[in-house]
Amino acid sequence: MKITRAQVERVAQLARLALSEVELDALTSDMDAILGYVDKLNELDTDHIVPTAHAVPLENAFRDDTARPSLGTDKALQNAPAASDGCFLVPKVIE
Amino acid sequence: MQLTDLTIHQLHDLLREGKTSAQEVTRAFLDRIAATDERVNAFITVCQQESLQQAAAADARLKAGDGAPLTGIPLALKDIFITEGLRTTCASQILNNFVPPYNGTAVAKLKEQGAVILGKLNMDEFAMGSSNENSAFGPVRNPWNGDCVPGGSSGGSAACVAARQAVATLGTDTGGSIRQPAAHCGVVGLKPTYGLVSRYGVIAYASSLDQVGPITRDVEDCAILLGAVAGYDPADSTSVDQPVPDYRATLKDGVKGLKVGLPKEYFIEGLDPAVKQAVEKAVDTLRGLGAEPVEVSLPHTDYAVACYYLIATAEASSNLARYDGVRYGQRVDQDRGLIDMYMQSRAAGFGPEVKRRIMLGTYALSSGYYDAYYLKAQKVRTLIRQDFLDAFNQVDVILTPVAPTPAFRIGEKTADPLQMYLSDIFTIPVNLAGTCGMSLPCGFSQEGLPIGLQLIGRPFGEETLLRTAYAFEQASDWHRQQAPL
Repeated sequence: MKITRAQVERVAQLARLALSEVELDALTSDMDAILGYVDKLNELDTDHIVPTAHAVPLENAFRDDTARPSLGTDKALQNAPAASDGCFLVPKVIE
Repeated sequence: MQLTDLTIHQLHDLLREGKTSAQEVTRAFLDRIAATDERVNAFITVCQQESLQQAAAADARLKAGDGAPLTGIPLALKDIFITEGLRTTCASQILNNFVPPYNGTAVAKLKEQGAVILGKLNMDEFAMGSSNENSAFGPVRNPWNGDCVPGGSSGGSAACVAARQAVATLGTDTGGSIRQPAAHCGVVGLKPTYGLVSRYGVIAYASSLDQVGPITRDVEDCAILLGAVAGYDPADSTSVDQPVPDYRATLKDGVKGLKVGLPKEYFIEGLDPAVKQAVEKAVDTLRGLGAEPVEVSLPHTDYAVACYYLIATAEASSNLARYDGVRYGQRVDQDRGLIDMYMQSRAAGFGPEVKRRIMLGTYALSSGYYDAYYLKAQKVRTLIRQDFLDAFNQVDVILTPVAPTPAFRIGEKTADPLQMYLSDIFTIPVNLAGTCGMSLPCGFSQEGLPIGLQLIGRPFGEETLLRTAYAFEQASDWHRQQAPL
Protein backbone atom coordinates (compact mmCIF):
# COMPACT_ATOMS: atom_id res chain seq x y z
CA MET A 1 0.00 0.00 0.00
CA LYS A 2 1.24 3.48 -0.92
CA ILE A 3 -1.36 5.19 1.25
CA THR A 4 -3.63 4.11 4.10
CA ARG A 5 -7.22 5.03 4.85
CA ALA A 6 -6.04 6.92 7.96
CA GLN A 7 -3.65 9.01 5.83
CA VAL A 8 -6.46 9.82 3.41
CA GLU A 9 -8.61 11.04 6.30
CA ARG A 10 -5.76 13.25 7.48
CA VAL A 11 -5.28 14.70 3.97
CA ALA A 12 -9.02 15.40 3.72
CA GLN A 13 -8.72 17.39 6.93
CA LEU A 14 -5.79 19.38 5.48
CA ALA A 15 -7.70 19.97 2.25
CA ARG A 16 -10.80 21.11 4.19
CA LEU A 17 -13.05 18.54 2.57
CA ALA A 18 -15.81 16.82 4.58
CA LEU A 19 -15.82 13.47 2.81
CA SER A 20 -18.28 10.62 3.31
CA GLU A 21 -17.21 7.09 4.26
CA VAL A 22 -17.88 5.96 0.69
CA GLU A 23 -15.75 8.79 -0.72
CA LEU A 24 -12.90 8.04 1.68
CA ASP A 25 -12.91 4.36 0.66
CA ALA A 26 -12.92 5.19 -3.06
CA LEU A 27 -10.18 7.83 -2.67
CA THR A 28 -7.98 5.43 -0.73
CA SER A 29 -7.96 2.96 -3.59
CA ASP A 30 -7.76 5.65 -6.34
CA MET A 31 -4.88 7.47 -4.65
CA ASP A 32 -3.11 4.20 -3.97
CA ALA A 33 -3.25 3.30 -7.68
CA ILE A 34 -2.17 6.78 -8.83
CA LEU A 35 0.69 7.01 -6.31
CA GLY A 36 1.78 3.53 -7.39
CA TYR A 37 1.90 4.76 -10.98
CA VAL A 38 3.80 8.01 -10.26
CA ASP A 39 6.44 5.95 -8.46
CA LYS A 40 7.95 5.38 -11.90
CA LEU A 41 9.59 8.80 -11.54
CA ASN A 42 12.00 7.13 -9.12
CA GLU A 43 13.51 5.21 -12.05
CA LEU A 44 15.22 8.51 -12.94
CA ASP A 45 18.30 9.79 -11.17
CA THR A 46 17.59 13.47 -10.53
CA ASP A 47 20.17 14.19 -7.81
CA HIS A 48 21.91 16.90 -9.84
CA ILE A 49 18.89 18.24 -11.70
CA VAL A 50 17.60 21.73 -10.95
CA PRO A 51 13.80 21.74 -10.45
CA THR A 52 11.62 23.68 -12.91
CA ALA A 53 8.87 25.76 -11.32
CA HIS A 54 8.07 27.73 -14.48
CA ALA A 55 8.95 26.82 -18.05
CA VAL A 56 9.79 30.36 -19.09
CA PRO A 57 12.69 31.90 -17.17
CA LEU A 58 11.32 35.11 -15.67
CA GLU A 59 12.60 37.62 -13.18
CA ASN A 60 10.30 38.70 -10.37
CA ALA A 61 7.74 41.13 -11.78
CA PHE A 62 7.63 44.25 -9.63
CA ARG A 63 5.53 47.36 -10.10
CA ASP A 64 5.90 50.80 -8.61
CA ASP A 65 4.46 51.05 -5.12
CA THR A 66 1.83 53.64 -5.98
CA ALA A 67 -1.88 53.78 -5.21
CA ARG A 68 -4.22 52.89 -8.10
CA PRO A 69 -7.94 52.28 -8.49
CA SER A 70 -9.20 48.90 -7.28
CA LEU A 71 -12.43 46.93 -7.39
CA GLY A 72 -14.10 48.78 -4.51
CA THR A 73 -16.12 47.42 -1.62
CA ASP A 74 -19.49 47.06 -3.34
CA LYS A 75 -18.18 45.02 -6.25
CA ALA A 76 -15.91 42.97 -3.99
CA LEU A 77 -18.89 42.04 -1.82
CA GLN A 78 -21.44 41.46 -4.58
CA ASN A 79 -20.86 37.67 -4.66
CA ALA A 80 -20.43 37.15 -0.92
CA PRO A 81 -22.71 34.45 0.56
CA ALA A 82 -23.11 36.78 3.56
CA ALA A 83 -21.99 40.39 4.10
CA SER A 84 -22.65 43.11 6.63
CA ASP A 85 -21.46 46.71 7.08
CA GLY A 86 -19.06 46.50 4.14
CA CYS A 87 -17.46 43.28 5.46
CA PHE A 88 -17.64 39.57 4.65
CA LEU A 89 -19.67 37.79 7.29
CA VAL A 90 -18.30 34.47 8.57
CA PRO A 91 -19.26 32.08 11.38
CA LYS A 92 -17.85 32.95 14.78
CA VAL A 93 -14.15 32.08 14.97
CA ILE A 94 -13.34 32.80 18.64
CA GLU A 95 -15.67 31.80 21.47
CA MET B 1 -23.38 27.86 -48.01
CA GLN B 2 -24.99 29.14 -44.84
CA LEU B 3 -23.71 31.99 -42.67
CA THR B 4 -23.01 29.51 -39.87
CA ASP B 5 -20.62 27.57 -42.14
CA LEU B 6 -18.27 30.53 -42.67
CA THR B 7 -14.93 31.38 -41.09
CA ILE B 8 -13.85 34.59 -39.32
CA HIS B 9 -12.01 35.85 -42.41
CA GLN B 10 -14.91 35.02 -44.76
CA LEU B 11 -17.46 36.70 -42.49
CA HIS B 12 -15.21 39.71 -42.00
CA ASP B 13 -15.10 40.25 -45.78
CA LEU B 14 -18.90 39.96 -46.08
CA LEU B 15 -19.43 42.34 -43.16
CA ARG B 16 -16.98 44.89 -44.49
CA GLU B 17 -18.57 44.81 -47.93
CA GLY B 18 -22.02 45.22 -46.36
CA LYS B 19 -23.24 41.89 -47.82
CA THR B 20 -24.52 40.81 -44.42
CA SER B 21 -24.83 42.40 -40.99
CA ALA B 22 -23.52 41.37 -37.58
CA GLN B 23 -27.14 41.15 -36.41
CA GLU B 24 -28.05 38.77 -39.24
CA VAL B 25 -25.01 36.60 -38.55
CA THR B 26 -25.66 36.61 -34.80
CA ARG B 27 -29.30 35.61 -35.30
CA ALA B 28 -28.19 32.75 -37.57
CA PHE B 29 -25.91 31.41 -34.85
CA LEU B 30 -28.52 31.86 -32.09
CA ASP B 31 -30.97 29.88 -34.27
CA ARG B 32 -28.36 27.19 -34.84
CA ILE B 33 -27.70 26.95 -31.08
CA ALA B 34 -31.43 26.66 -30.40
CA ALA B 35 -31.77 23.92 -33.03
CA THR B 36 -28.77 21.81 -32.01
CA ASP B 37 -27.71 22.35 -28.43
CA GLU B 38 -30.19 19.92 -26.92
CA ARG B 39 -28.13 17.22 -28.65
CA VAL B 40 -24.65 18.71 -27.97
CA ASN B 41 -24.96 20.50 -24.59
CA ALA B 42 -22.04 22.77 -25.47
CA PHE B 43 -23.50 25.88 -23.79
CA ILE B 44 -23.92 26.56 -20.09
CA THR B 45 -25.21 30.09 -20.72
CA VAL B 46 -26.54 31.57 -23.99
CA CYS B 47 -26.57 35.38 -24.21
CA GLN B 48 -29.63 35.85 -26.39
CA GLN B 49 -30.29 39.57 -25.86
CA GLU B 50 -26.80 40.78 -24.98
CA SER B 51 -25.32 39.22 -28.12
CA LEU B 52 -27.85 40.98 -30.35
CA GLN B 53 -27.10 44.29 -28.61
CA GLN B 54 -23.38 43.72 -29.20
CA ALA B 55 -24.14 42.90 -32.84
CA ALA B 56 -26.08 46.15 -33.26
CA ALA B 57 -23.12 48.09 -31.84
CA ALA B 58 -20.80 46.19 -34.20
CA ASP B 59 -22.98 47.08 -37.18
CA ALA B 60 -22.76 50.76 -36.27
CA ARG B 61 -18.99 50.45 -36.03
CA LEU B 62 -18.75 48.65 -39.39
CA LYS B 63 -20.95 51.27 -41.00
CA ALA B 64 -18.60 53.97 -39.75
CA GLY B 65 -15.73 52.12 -41.46
CA ASP B 66 -14.12 51.36 -38.09
CA GLY B 67 -14.29 47.55 -38.22
CA ALA B 68 -11.52 45.42 -36.70
CA PRO B 69 -10.97 41.78 -37.83
CA LEU B 70 -13.33 40.52 -35.10
CA THR B 71 -15.96 43.27 -35.23
CA GLY B 72 -19.37 41.60 -35.41
CA ILE B 73 -17.93 38.06 -35.35
CA PRO B 74 -19.96 35.75 -33.04
CA LEU B 75 -17.64 33.91 -30.65
CA ALA B 76 -18.20 31.87 -27.49
CA LEU B 77 -16.03 31.39 -24.41
CA LYS B 78 -15.18 28.44 -22.21
CA ASP B 79 -16.91 29.12 -18.89
CA ILE B 80 -13.52 29.50 -17.23
CA PHE B 81 -13.14 33.10 -18.54
CA ILE B 82 -14.26 35.77 -16.09
CA THR B 83 -16.93 37.92 -17.78
CA GLU B 84 -18.26 41.09 -16.18
CA GLY B 85 -21.95 40.81 -15.34
CA LEU B 86 -22.21 37.39 -16.98
CA ARG B 87 -22.40 34.27 -14.81
CA THR B 88 -19.14 32.28 -14.81
CA THR B 89 -19.39 28.79 -13.33
CA CYS B 90 -16.25 26.86 -14.36
CA ALA B 91 -18.85 24.06 -14.71
CA SER B 92 -18.88 23.72 -10.93
CA GLN B 93 -21.71 23.69 -8.44
CA ILE B 94 -19.57 25.81 -6.14
CA LEU B 95 -19.64 28.77 -8.61
CA ASN B 96 -23.22 28.16 -9.73
CA ASN B 97 -24.26 31.78 -8.99
CA PHE B 98 -20.98 33.61 -9.49
CA VAL B 99 -21.35 36.85 -11.49
CA PRO B 100 -17.87 38.36 -11.92
CA PRO B 101 -17.29 42.08 -11.33
CA TYR B 102 -14.70 42.46 -14.13
CA ASN B 103 -13.52 41.07 -17.48
CA GLY B 104 -10.29 39.15 -17.88
CA THR B 105 -7.69 40.45 -20.33
CA ALA B 106 -8.42 38.05 -23.22
CA VAL B 107 -12.14 38.80 -23.02
CA ALA B 108 -11.51 42.55 -22.79
CA LYS B 109 -9.37 42.35 -25.95
CA LEU B 110 -12.14 40.57 -27.87
CA LYS B 111 -14.67 43.14 -26.69
CA GLU B 112 -12.42 46.04 -27.71
CA GLN B 113 -12.47 44.64 -31.24
CA GLY B 114 -16.27 44.49 -31.12
CA ALA B 115 -16.63 40.71 -31.16
CA VAL B 116 -20.07 39.34 -30.27
CA ILE B 117 -20.14 36.96 -27.30
CA LEU B 118 -22.83 34.30 -27.85
CA GLY B 119 -22.37 32.65 -24.47
CA LYS B 120 -20.35 30.54 -22.06
CA LEU B 121 -19.35 26.98 -22.85
CA ASN B 122 -19.46 23.70 -21.00
CA MET B 123 -16.21 22.12 -19.81
CA ASP B 124 -14.84 19.67 -17.28
CA GLU B 125 -15.27 21.18 -13.82
CA PHE B 126 -12.33 23.53 -13.15
CA ALA B 127 -10.77 22.22 -16.40
CA MET B 128 -10.03 18.86 -14.76
CA GLY B 129 -10.79 16.12 -17.23
CA SER B 130 -10.24 14.70 -20.70
CA SER B 131 -13.81 13.91 -21.70
CA ASN B 132 -16.10 16.72 -20.54
CA GLU B 133 -17.92 14.18 -18.37
CA ASN B 134 -16.90 16.01 -15.16
CA SER B 135 -19.33 18.91 -15.52
CA ALA B 136 -22.01 19.98 -13.05
CA PHE B 137 -24.05 20.85 -16.17
CA GLY B 138 -23.96 17.38 -17.75
CA PRO B 139 -21.65 15.88 -20.38
CA VAL B 140 -21.05 17.44 -23.80
CA ARG B 141 -21.72 15.11 -26.74
CA ASN B 142 -19.45 14.83 -29.75
CA PRO B 143 -21.15 16.40 -32.79
CA TRP B 144 -19.78 13.59 -34.99
CA ASN B 145 -21.31 10.87 -32.81
CA GLY B 146 -23.53 11.65 -29.82
CA ASP B 147 -22.45 8.47 -28.01
CA CYS B 148 -18.86 9.69 -27.89
CA VAL B 149 -17.12 12.29 -25.74
CA PRO B 150 -15.92 15.53 -27.36
CA GLY B 151 -12.69 15.35 -25.35
CA GLY B 152 -11.84 17.73 -22.55
CA SER B 153 -11.51 19.87 -20.72
CA SER B 154 -12.51 22.45 -23.39
CA GLY B 155 -15.10 19.96 -24.75
CA GLY B 156 -17.82 22.58 -25.13
CA SER B 157 -15.43 24.95 -26.94
CA ALA B 158 -14.47 22.30 -29.51
CA ALA B 159 -17.96 20.80 -29.93
CA CYS B 160 -19.43 24.29 -30.38
CA VAL B 161 -17.15 25.01 -33.36
CA ALA B 162 -17.71 21.54 -34.86
CA ALA B 163 -21.50 21.99 -34.46
CA ARG B 164 -21.22 25.42 -36.14
CA GLN B 165 -22.84 27.11 -33.12
CA ALA B 166 -20.17 29.86 -33.11
CA VAL B 167 -17.51 30.88 -35.63
CA ALA B 168 -14.71 30.23 -33.15
CA THR B 169 -14.16 29.90 -29.41
CA LEU B 170 -11.56 30.36 -26.71
CA GLY B 171 -10.44 27.47 -24.53
CA THR B 172 -7.66 26.82 -22.05
CA ASP B 173 -5.04 24.08 -22.13
CA THR B 174 -3.22 22.76 -19.04
CA GLY B 175 -2.36 19.25 -20.25
CA GLY B 176 -4.06 19.07 -23.66
CA SER B 177 -7.43 20.67 -22.94
CA ILE B 178 -7.52 22.62 -26.23
CA ARG B 179 -5.68 20.19 -28.52
CA GLN B 180 -7.32 16.91 -27.50
CA PRO B 181 -10.96 18.09 -27.84
CA ALA B 182 -10.06 19.93 -31.08
CA ALA B 183 -8.72 16.60 -32.41
CA HIS B 184 -11.77 14.64 -31.27
CA CYS B 185 -14.15 17.18 -32.83
CA GLY B 186 -12.26 17.71 -36.11
CA VAL B 187 -11.40 21.39 -35.62
CA VAL B 188 -8.22 23.48 -35.22
CA GLY B 189 -6.87 24.29 -31.74
CA LEU B 190 -3.70 25.99 -30.55
CA LYS B 191 -2.02 26.06 -27.14
CA PRO B 192 0.36 29.02 -27.16
CA THR B 193 3.75 29.15 -25.49
CA TYR B 194 3.44 29.76 -21.75
CA GLY B 195 3.47 33.52 -21.20
CA LEU B 196 2.18 34.56 -24.66
CA VAL B 197 -1.46 35.09 -23.63
CA SER B 198 -2.42 36.71 -20.33
CA ARG B 199 -4.03 34.48 -17.71
CA TYR B 200 -5.55 37.48 -15.90
CA GLY B 201 -9.25 36.76 -15.40
CA VAL B 202 -8.96 33.07 -16.24
CA ILE B 203 -9.96 30.83 -13.33
CA ALA B 204 -6.75 29.07 -12.29
CA TYR B 205 -6.26 25.31 -12.34
CA ALA B 206 -2.47 24.75 -12.48
CA SER B 207 -0.87 28.15 -12.82
CA SER B 208 2.52 27.08 -14.22
CA LEU B 209 0.82 25.11 -17.03
CA ASP B 210 -2.44 26.94 -17.90
CA GLN B 211 -2.60 28.80 -21.22
CA VAL B 212 -5.44 30.45 -23.17
CA GLY B 213 -5.84 29.59 -26.85
CA PRO B 214 -8.17 29.61 -29.87
CA ILE B 215 -10.34 26.82 -31.29
CA THR B 216 -11.35 27.56 -34.88
CA ARG B 217 -12.57 26.14 -38.16
CA ASP B 218 -9.34 26.72 -40.07
CA VAL B 219 -5.72 27.76 -39.59
CA GLU B 220 -6.15 31.34 -40.81
CA ASP B 221 -8.86 31.91 -38.19
CA CYS B 222 -6.51 30.43 -35.61
CA ALA B 223 -3.86 33.00 -36.57
CA ILE B 224 -6.39 35.84 -36.37
CA LEU B 225 -7.78 34.86 -32.97
CA LEU B 226 -4.34 34.15 -31.49
CA GLY B 227 -3.13 37.56 -32.66
CA ALA B 228 -6.18 39.15 -31.03
CA VAL B 229 -5.56 37.74 -27.54
CA ALA B 230 -1.74 37.47 -27.41
CA GLY B 231 0.54 40.03 -25.81
CA TYR B 232 2.14 41.33 -22.66
CA ASP B 233 -0.14 42.15 -19.74
CA PRO B 234 1.19 43.74 -16.55
CA ALA B 235 -1.75 42.13 -14.70
CA ASP B 236 -0.22 38.65 -15.27
CA SER B 237 3.23 38.46 -13.69
CA THR B 238 4.15 35.47 -15.91
CA SER B 239 3.21 37.24 -19.12
CA VAL B 240 6.24 37.75 -21.38
CA ASP B 241 7.06 41.27 -22.57
CA GLN B 242 7.83 40.94 -26.28
CA PRO B 243 6.13 42.11 -29.46
CA VAL B 244 3.39 39.94 -31.00
CA PRO B 245 4.13 39.07 -34.63
CA ASP B 246 1.51 39.36 -37.38
CA TYR B 247 0.73 35.63 -37.58
CA ARG B 248 -1.24 36.08 -40.79
CA ALA B 249 1.66 37.72 -42.63
CA THR B 250 3.79 34.55 -42.69
CA LEU B 251 1.01 31.97 -43.11
CA LYS B 252 1.71 31.39 -46.78
CA ASP B 253 5.50 31.11 -46.57
CA GLY B 254 5.38 27.33 -47.11
CA VAL B 255 7.42 24.47 -45.67
CA LYS B 256 10.21 24.02 -48.24
CA GLY B 257 13.31 22.79 -46.40
CA LEU B 258 11.51 22.78 -43.04
CA LYS B 259 12.81 20.01 -40.78
CA VAL B 260 9.94 18.08 -39.20
CA GLY B 261 10.86 15.91 -36.21
CA LEU B 262 9.12 12.60 -35.64
CA PRO B 263 9.72 11.50 -32.02
CA LYS B 264 10.02 7.72 -31.96
CA GLU B 265 8.54 7.60 -28.44
CA TYR B 266 5.19 8.80 -29.83
CA PHE B 267 4.77 6.08 -32.43
CA ILE B 268 4.35 3.25 -29.98
CA GLU B 269 2.29 0.14 -29.40
CA GLY B 270 -1.19 1.03 -28.26
CA LEU B 271 -1.46 3.75 -30.88
CA ASP B 272 -4.73 3.18 -32.75
CA PRO B 273 -3.96 1.91 -36.30
CA ALA B 274 -6.26 4.51 -37.90
CA VAL B 275 -4.50 7.31 -35.98
CA LYS B 276 -1.08 5.96 -36.96
CA GLN B 277 -2.06 5.72 -40.61
CA ALA B 278 -3.58 9.22 -40.74
CA VAL B 279 -0.52 10.78 -39.10
CA GLU B 280 1.88 8.93 -41.40
CA LYS B 281 -0.11 10.16 -44.40
CA ALA B 282 0.19 13.70 -43.07
CA VAL B 283 3.99 13.24 -42.94
CA ASP B 284 3.89 12.17 -46.61
CA THR B 285 1.83 15.25 -47.48
CA LEU B 286 4.33 17.57 -45.82
CA ARG B 287 7.23 15.73 -47.49
CA GLY B 288 5.47 16.30 -50.82
CA LEU B 289 5.35 20.02 -50.03
CA GLY B 290 9.13 20.12 -49.53
CA ALA B 291 9.47 19.50 -45.80
CA GLU B 292 12.13 17.12 -44.54
CA PRO B 293 11.02 14.52 -41.95
CA VAL B 294 13.70 13.58 -39.42
CA GLU B 295 13.49 11.03 -36.61
CA VAL B 296 14.12 12.59 -33.20
CA SER B 297 13.99 11.32 -29.63
CA LEU B 298 12.18 12.73 -26.59
CA PRO B 299 13.51 10.14 -24.15
CA HIS B 300 11.54 11.18 -21.05
CA THR B 301 8.11 11.05 -22.72
CA ASP B 302 7.06 8.03 -20.68
CA TYR B 303 7.41 10.00 -17.43
CA ALA B 304 5.31 12.99 -18.46
CA VAL B 305 1.90 11.80 -17.24
CA ALA B 306 3.26 10.92 -13.77
CA CYS B 307 5.10 14.25 -13.60
CA TYR B 308 2.00 16.17 -14.69
CA TYR B 309 -0.36 14.57 -12.20
CA LEU B 310 1.87 15.63 -9.32
CA ILE B 311 2.59 19.19 -10.47
CA ALA B 312 -0.91 19.97 -11.75
CA THR B 313 -2.68 18.55 -8.70
CA ALA B 314 -0.30 20.27 -6.27
CA GLU B 315 -0.93 23.63 -7.93
CA ALA B 316 -4.67 22.90 -8.10
CA SER B 317 -4.90 22.08 -4.41
CA SER B 318 -3.36 25.46 -3.66
CA ASN B 319 -5.41 27.42 -6.25
CA LEU B 320 -8.71 25.86 -5.21
CA ALA B 321 -8.16 26.69 -1.52
CA ARG B 322 -9.85 30.03 -2.35
CA TYR B 323 -13.28 28.34 -2.62
CA ASP B 324 -14.11 28.52 1.04
CA GLY B 325 -17.65 29.91 1.07
CA VAL B 326 -16.52 33.36 2.27
CA ARG B 327 -15.98 35.80 -0.61
CA TYR B 328 -17.94 34.11 -3.41
CA GLY B 329 -19.44 30.78 -4.30
CA GLN B 330 -21.72 28.40 -2.51
CA ARG B 331 -21.74 28.25 1.32
CA VAL B 332 -23.04 25.40 3.43
CA ASP B 333 -23.22 26.44 7.07
CA GLN B 334 -24.57 24.01 9.66
CA ASP B 335 -23.73 26.28 12.59
CA ARG B 336 -20.75 24.22 13.73
CA GLY B 337 -18.09 26.91 13.33
CA LEU B 338 -15.81 28.31 10.64
CA ILE B 339 -13.74 25.21 9.82
CA ASP B 340 -16.85 23.09 9.48
CA MET B 341 -18.37 25.72 7.19
CA TYR B 342 -15.28 25.48 4.94
CA MET B 343 -15.38 21.69 4.89
CA GLN B 344 -19.10 21.39 4.19
CA SER B 345 -19.09 24.11 1.53
CA ARG B 346 -16.23 22.49 -0.35
CA ALA B 347 -17.63 18.96 0.02
CA ALA B 348 -21.00 20.04 -1.38
CA GLY B 349 -19.58 22.31 -4.10
CA PHE B 350 -16.86 20.20 -5.75
CA GLY B 351 -17.43 17.14 -7.94
CA PRO B 352 -15.57 13.81 -7.56
CA GLU B 353 -12.66 14.48 -9.97
CA VAL B 354 -11.95 17.89 -8.44
CA LYS B 355 -11.92 16.33 -4.97
CA ARG B 356 -9.60 13.57 -6.18
CA ARG B 357 -7.10 16.08 -7.59
CA ILE B 358 -7.24 18.36 -4.54
CA MET B 359 -6.56 15.32 -2.35
CA LEU B 360 -3.68 14.10 -4.49
CA GLY B 361 -2.16 17.57 -4.64
CA THR B 362 -2.57 18.20 -0.93
CA TYR B 363 -0.82 14.90 -0.24
CA ALA B 364 2.03 15.67 -2.69
CA LEU B 365 2.64 19.00 -0.94
CA SER B 366 2.19 17.76 2.62
CA SER B 367 4.99 17.68 5.14
CA GLY B 368 7.19 14.62 4.67
CA TYR B 369 6.08 13.93 1.08
CA TYR B 370 7.01 17.20 -0.65
CA ASP B 371 10.51 16.13 -1.67
CA ALA B 372 9.48 12.65 -2.75
CA TYR B 373 6.61 13.80 -4.93
CA TYR B 374 6.38 17.51 -5.80
CA LEU B 375 10.09 18.33 -5.88
CA LYS B 376 10.85 15.08 -7.71
CA ALA B 377 8.24 15.94 -10.34
CA GLN B 378 9.69 19.43 -10.80
CA LYS B 379 13.10 17.88 -11.47
CA VAL B 380 11.66 15.46 -14.00
CA ARG B 381 9.96 18.45 -15.60
CA THR B 382 13.43 19.89 -16.22
CA LEU B 383 14.41 16.69 -18.07
CA ILE B 384 11.25 16.75 -20.20
CA ARG B 385 11.78 20.40 -21.11
CA GLN B 386 15.41 19.68 -21.99
CA ASP B 387 14.28 16.86 -24.33
CA PHE B 388 12.33 19.39 -26.38
CA LEU B 389 15.11 22.01 -26.40
CA ASP B 390 17.56 19.33 -27.61
CA ALA B 391 15.17 18.16 -30.34
CA PHE B 392 14.67 21.75 -31.52
CA ASN B 393 18.42 21.97 -32.13
CA GLN B 394 17.82 19.47 -34.94
CA VAL B 395 14.35 20.31 -36.26
CA ASP B 396 11.97 23.27 -36.74
CA VAL B 397 8.74 21.57 -35.69
CA ILE B 398 7.79 18.23 -34.14
CA LEU B 399 4.91 16.20 -35.53
CA THR B 400 2.92 13.65 -33.49
CA PRO B 401 -0.60 12.33 -33.00
CA VAL B 402 -2.72 14.44 -30.60
CA ALA B 403 -4.28 11.46 -28.84
CA PRO B 404 -3.62 7.70 -29.03
CA THR B 405 -7.20 6.98 -30.14
CA PRO B 406 -10.16 8.83 -31.68
CA ALA B 407 -12.94 9.97 -29.30
CA PHE B 408 -13.97 7.24 -26.87
CA ARG B 409 -17.49 6.44 -25.73
CA ILE B 410 -19.24 8.34 -22.96
CA GLY B 411 -18.77 6.32 -19.75
CA GLU B 412 -15.95 4.19 -21.17
CA LYS B 413 -13.17 5.53 -18.94
CA THR B 414 -14.99 7.10 -15.98
CA ALA B 415 -14.41 4.12 -13.68
CA ASP B 416 -10.61 4.23 -14.04
CA PRO B 417 -9.05 7.68 -13.45
CA LEU B 418 -5.58 6.47 -14.42
CA GLN B 419 -6.74 5.24 -17.86
CA MET B 420 -8.40 8.62 -18.39
CA TYR B 421 -5.17 10.42 -17.44
CA LEU B 422 -3.16 8.31 -19.91
CA SER B 423 -5.32 9.53 -22.81
CA ASP B 424 -3.37 12.83 -22.52
CA ILE B 425 0.03 11.20 -22.96
CA PHE B 426 0.92 13.05 -26.21
CA THR B 427 -0.24 16.52 -25.16
CA ILE B 428 0.96 16.79 -21.55
CA PRO B 429 4.72 17.03 -22.35
CA VAL B 430 4.14 20.26 -24.31
CA ASN B 431 2.67 21.99 -21.24
CA LEU B 432 5.46 20.73 -19.01
CA ALA B 433 8.01 22.09 -21.51
CA GLY B 434 6.04 25.35 -21.69
CA THR B 435 6.20 25.46 -25.46
CA CYS B 436 3.47 25.73 -28.12
CA GLY B 437 1.45 23.01 -29.81
CA MET B 438 -1.51 22.80 -32.11
CA SER B 439 -4.04 20.27 -33.32
CA LEU B 440 -5.48 20.11 -36.81
CA PRO B 441 -7.72 17.60 -38.59
CA CYS B 442 -5.85 14.92 -40.56
CA GLY B 443 -8.35 12.14 -41.20
CA PHE B 444 -11.15 9.96 -39.90
CA SER B 445 -11.46 6.55 -38.28
CA GLN B 446 -13.55 3.82 -39.89
CA GLU B 447 -16.41 4.83 -37.58
CA GLY B 448 -16.27 8.35 -38.97
CA LEU B 449 -14.60 10.00 -35.96
CA PRO B 450 -12.06 12.79 -36.59
CA ILE B 451 -8.33 12.28 -36.05
CA GLY B 452 -5.98 15.09 -35.05
CA LEU B 453 -2.42 15.89 -36.01
CA GLN B 454 -0.25 17.65 -33.43
CA LEU B 455 2.46 20.12 -34.40
CA ILE B 456 4.80 21.26 -31.63
CA GLY B 457 6.95 24.37 -31.99
CA ARG B 458 9.88 26.06 -30.26
CA PRO B 459 9.01 28.42 -27.41
CA PHE B 460 7.36 31.43 -29.12
CA GLY B 461 7.53 29.54 -32.44
CA GLU B 462 3.83 30.03 -33.20
CA GLU B 463 4.57 31.54 -36.63
CA THR B 464 6.35 28.37 -37.80
CA LEU B 465 3.61 26.23 -36.31
CA LEU B 466 0.87 28.15 -38.10
CA ARG B 467 2.59 28.26 -41.48
CA THR B 468 3.25 24.50 -41.33
CA ALA B 469 -0.38 23.90 -40.41
CA TYR B 470 -1.55 26.23 -43.17
CA ALA B 471 0.53 24.44 -45.81
CA PHE B 472 -0.87 21.08 -44.70
CA GLU B 473 -4.41 22.39 -44.60
CA GLN B 474 -4.21 23.82 -48.12
CA ALA B 475 -3.10 20.39 -49.35
CA SER B 476 -6.00 18.55 -47.67
CA ASP B 477 -9.72 18.99 -47.16
CA TRP B 478 -10.23 17.43 -43.73
CA HIS B 479 -11.10 20.81 -42.22
CA ARG B 480 -13.95 21.23 -44.71
CA GLN B 481 -15.78 18.11 -43.51
CA GLN B 482 -18.84 18.91 -41.44
CA ALA B 483 -20.27 17.02 -38.50
CA PRO B 484 -23.62 15.44 -39.46
CA LEU B 485 -25.77 17.42 -37.07
